[in-house]
Amino acid sequence: MGVGIEVTTLNAWYGTNHTLQDINLNIPANHATALIGPSGCGKSTFVRCLNRMHETNPIARVTGTVRIGDLDIYADAKPVEIRRRVGMVFQRPNPFPTMSIYDNVAAGLKLNGFRNHRALDEIVEKSLKNSALWDEVKDDLKKKSGASLSGGQQQRLCIARALAVDPEVLLMDEPASALDPVSTSKIEDLIFQLKSQYTIVIVTHNMQQAARVAEKTGFFLNGRMVEFDSTHKIFTNPSDKRTEDYITGRFG
Amino acid sequence: MTDSAATGLAVLSTLLVIAPLVAIFVYLVFKGGSSLSWAFFTQIPKPEGELGGGMANGIVGSCVLLAISSSIGIPIGIGGGIYLAEFGRGTRLANTVRFTADVLNGLPSIVMGMAIYSLLVYRQKHFSAFSGGVALGIMMIPTVCRTTEEMLLMVPNAVREAALALGVSNWRSVLSITVKTASPGIITGCMLAFARVAGETAPLIFTALGNSNWSINPNEAISALPLQIYYYALSPYDDLHRLAWAGALVLIILIVLAVSLVRYVASRGVLKGAS
Repeated sequence: MGVGIEVTTLNAWYGTNHTLQDINLNIPANHATALIGPSGCGKSTFVRCLNRMHETNPIARVTGTVRIGDLDIYADAKPVEIRRRVGMVFQRPNPFPTMSIYDNVAAGLKLNGFRNHRALDEIVEKSLKNSALWDEVKDDLKKKSGASLSGGQQQRLCIARALAVDPEVLLMDEPASALDPVSTSKIEDLIFQLKSQYTIVIVTHNMQQAARVAEKTGFFLNGRMVEFDSTHKIFTNPSDKRTEDYITGRFG
Repeated sequence: MTDSAATGLAVLSTLLVIAPLVAIFVYLVFKGGSSLSWAFFTQIPKPEGELGGGMANGIVGSCVLLAISSSIGIPIGIGGGIYLAEFGRGTRLANTVRFTADVLNGLPSIVMGMAIYSLLVYRQKHFSAFSGGVALGIMMIPTVCRTTEEMLLMVPNAVREAALALGVSNWRSVLSITVKTASPGIITGCMLAFARVAGETAPLIFTALGNSNWSINPNEAISALPLQIYYYALSPYDDLHRLAWAGALVLIILIVLAVSLVRYVASRGVLKGAS
């Protein structure tokens, strides 16, 4: 089941560049939350702070508190433990190119020492079904490389790979921006189904997409969170003038 | 017009690249082919003055030397390459290692032979297969190390991030994901280094020395194909010259066979559509 995320005075830097400034935010459990904003506003950095991927860059720095469920992720746990609880899907599909479809999905478990083959078979099947890819790949699970699939299939493979480690939160950093409209709508359907089991945070450039999949939406601008509210309110009656300007297409 | 001119130029260059190899090979077959017989592969050299004999001990000796050198050069080279690309990026130690590897790569092989002579042979007071293997192994390190680094750097960062985001520890991700993704290129680097030292003579003169009898003992002087070719080529007898040509032919064939075998074994696990 998903858990809520509580962010308090989060600040992040790349070198001397202060990319996130005093972010405070409560993301509800088992819902989809969209983050919108112009390029470079800090929304990708923000989601990377939620699974401590931000700090994999040697010049990056973070301060503040992030609680995921009852875990203070910067105080109580190691990055690897957090990343098993908080899955991530990236902008460009990034399957492991030398691995089969099966091994791609099983990678997170196998590389952490999971050796029960029968259980692994079941998890791979369940994850691929959850990511709506099972029917398309079930005949060549171990024969084909993950890289041989189409872009949209690869992205669903990456979602299956993230789901296989049974996370509580799923972060998606513009998961459909490199995909065609048909693949995009498949990913959106998937988010709709998955949010009953996981807390989903999705960064998107596409405002219609945010409106379609998310209950809550946050608007980021220049490293600050300008407004966070129900998606309906953000898109119909935003409280902040800058949000209104952005969603009506006056800038960004 | 320009397209066909460019194509023609490319084809011409390709032919110029292949021509020396083909020419050498044809010449070797012409000069040494007639001396290739069953005896060549099964007998050791005959005492001076007697006709016949073979290079069985040289072939086996080369195999022993290359086994020793590969088990030194490949692990250290790959380990160094992994450090340079994955852990030491931008550090002073990495820059020093990289610079040293490049210098080592340009070191004349006879200097390597003399260095190992003074470090190992002189102290042990005798020539040995082991010291020859060490000399060749050290010569393999820079090639293996730098190609491993280059190949690892070609692995997209997205692949590393994907592994880290699954909660895989950094060292595990490097060994099981990044190195595996780069492995075809790394294997090519190892084969290049292997093929290069397989034909080295100079470092062996000071270390393995050569041996006209059977020996596979790493602690004794050992024969090697390039050494045998060198000694025979220097001798005044036509018979031995012909054997030297045959030895050169066999050396080239063995290198090609070894490289092809490794490539075949490495390619068996590759999946459909893998890149």
